[in-house]
Amino acid sequence: MNARSALRIFSGTKTLENQLDEFLDLLSESSILYRAGLTYYLDNGGSDNEAFRQKLKQVDQMESRADQLRRSIELSLYEQSLIPDLRADMLSMLEDLDFLINVFEENLYAYSVENPAFPKTLHPLMKQLTEQVALSVESLVMAARSFLRDVSAVRDHLHKVMLYEHEADELALALKTQIFASDLKLEQKIHLRHFVDKVEGVSNEAEDVADWLAIYTIKRAA
Amino acid sequence: MDLTILIFLSSGLFLGWSLGANDAANIFGTAVGSRMVRFGTAALICSVFVVLGATISGAGAAHTLGELGSVNALAGSFMAALAAALTVFMMTKMGLPVSTSQAIVGAIIGWNLFSGHATDLHALTKILGTWVGAPILGAIFGALLYLLTKRVLSLTKLHLLRLDSYTRWGLILAGAFGAYALGANNIANVMGVFVPSSPFTSFSVGDLFSMSSVQQLFLLGAVAIAVGVFTYSRRVMMTVGDGIMALNPVAAWVVVVAQSLVLFLFASVGLKAFLEGHGLPSLPLVPVSSSQAVVGAVIGIGLLQGGRAIRWSLLGRISTGWVATPVMAAGICFISLFFLQNVFDQKVYETAEYQLSPLLFDRIADEGVDPARVADLRGETFDSEMAVMKALAQKTDMSYQQRFEIARLAKVQPPGGAGERISGAGSAMAAGADRLAANASAVRAAAH
Repeated sequence: MNARSALRIFSGTKTLENQLDEFLDLLSESSILYRAGLTYYLDNGGSDNEAFRQKLKQVDQMESRADQLRRSIELSLYEQSLIPDLRADMLSMLEDLDFLINVFEENLYAYSVENPAFPKTLHPLMKQLTEQVALSVESLVMAARSFLRDVSAVRDHLHKVMLYEHEADELALALKTQIFASDLKLEQKIHLRHFVDKVEGVSNEAEDVADWLAIYTIKRAA
Repeated sequence: MDLTILIFLSSGLFLGWSLGANDAANIFGTAVGSRMVRFGTAALICSVFVVLGATISGAGAAHTLGELGSVNALAGSFMAALAAALTVFMMTKMGLPVSTSQAIVGAIIGWNLFSGHATDLHALTKILGTWVGAPILGAIFGALLYLLTKRVLSLTKLHLLRLDSYTRWGLILAGAFGAYALGANNIANVMGVFVPSSPFTSFSVGDLFSMSSVQQLFLLGAVAIAVGVFTYSRRVMMTVGDGIMALNPVAAWVVVVAQSLVLFLFASVGLKAFLEGHGLPSLPLVPVSSSQAVVGAVIGIGLLQGGRAIRWSLLGRISTGWVATPVMAAGICFISLFFLQNVFDQKVYETAEYQLSPLLFDRIADEGVDPARVADLRGETFDSEMAVMKALAQKTDMSYQQRFEIARLAKVQPPGGAGERISGAGSAMAAGADRLAANASAVRAAAH
């Protein structure tokens, strides 16, 4: 193996590192845009809401780019037989994280299509729920970055994911209690409950990924 | 070259092939098994560096093996190497971990027993000590290196992919060092018994390059090892590595480096001279088992992690192999020599006469023995070292080593005759190894 091919190996590694960083950036950004999009939705409704549509479009583009990156990273990992001992864990982590972006996109589309009408009294709680969900995903992204670079810091971020998920659970319960205690029609109550579950579901997914990441971290640290 | 010589050398080449097939797996097994390094890359690096190690630094360990017993007839060398190779083959078939070093030592002792040559207990103790010392040293190196590596990694916070890339290069470099150390340390196992009867003659190309007969012999053995690496080690490499404990690539790198250091410490003439020159304790230059060094290193890392992941039952099987290998090789060698001598009418050892000279009687008296007790041994002729030792044992209460020293010096040297090849005071093999060491120094000096 000559010096040139050796350099190629290192530059290939750098490219892959950058792709992984970009993938995690996309997840982090999509969680911020998701939160912003839902805030715009709650403030101005779904129809003729350009700001909301803009966020939906951005998340949609990010989801496509994240899919491309994930495929490219997975292909490189297999083609070059990289990190053989942790490759399966890495692939699972990428799939799980990519799934979260898909859920963001799917949720925003569901709001856009089904247009759930949240009474103004529920808006503060709904915004808080969205914030906690976004924070849980951002903490998960930090944990994933640490898994790649500084395995000793993973735990610090994972416990935050659990905390935000717990907060989101309580907020969702409070929201559902208020919805079913209100004078709304039953079909509307069920419709709103469905959307609360959808938003809260993201933090549940983040918690599941965090649980797996904790196990991958034990393997990586061994 | 005489065809008979080639036929006799074939058992050494077979042993070399077995060593290449098995021991190369100790060096690159974890790297190839975990797909960190391609088999072709591993085999090429391993072969090149085994050849370099054997021809440049193979002398040191051969010297000590020569002290144990100088197999002085080509047919005897053939059978010693064949017995060792068969033992390695059978133990591998039985699924027991095997050491080529232990097999060849057992075979030499078998030859000693058959030919009536006394075994130098001092050399044997030195060798047996390294069989215990090598895995312990491997464990210490493994644990320390692992701690150091983990500390460095936690400080540098390398990206997982970058760490993977560096580990690959680390495994290749450590593997090259390991292959060099394996060649230097273990070539004595493969070709050591043929040194006294080496069929090659020395040659040189101007002042630039010279190659002694022993180096040519070692080169041939190293090529056999390389063939073993290319033809058979792949299967072994794919199964080795997680036998005792599953290893991650970084731990695999630590194991290869620790094992290579152990092999190198027991093979490097230069390092020994450096340590002794600075008044530091040095290790004897002895062929040690790469398998045992690997086992030691893996256990060292395992113990550091609490020892839970270690499969202790497998260690029991390994210990069984450590005892069974030399015993089996000695038995096979002894029985086969009997058939080779009596059925195939081959000369498996050079006969010689032994007599106690007046000087030796003085030496016996110096050991505190009443001269009257051994007076009737004056003028008596013996046909082997063992016969001398037996007679001394009956008449005196001298220790084994004291009687051994006397017996070694009792050989009657024919004046300038053919019997010169069977050196009394030192083995021809050791002398050959000395020549090789001197030659290697010359090569290194020329290179500088």
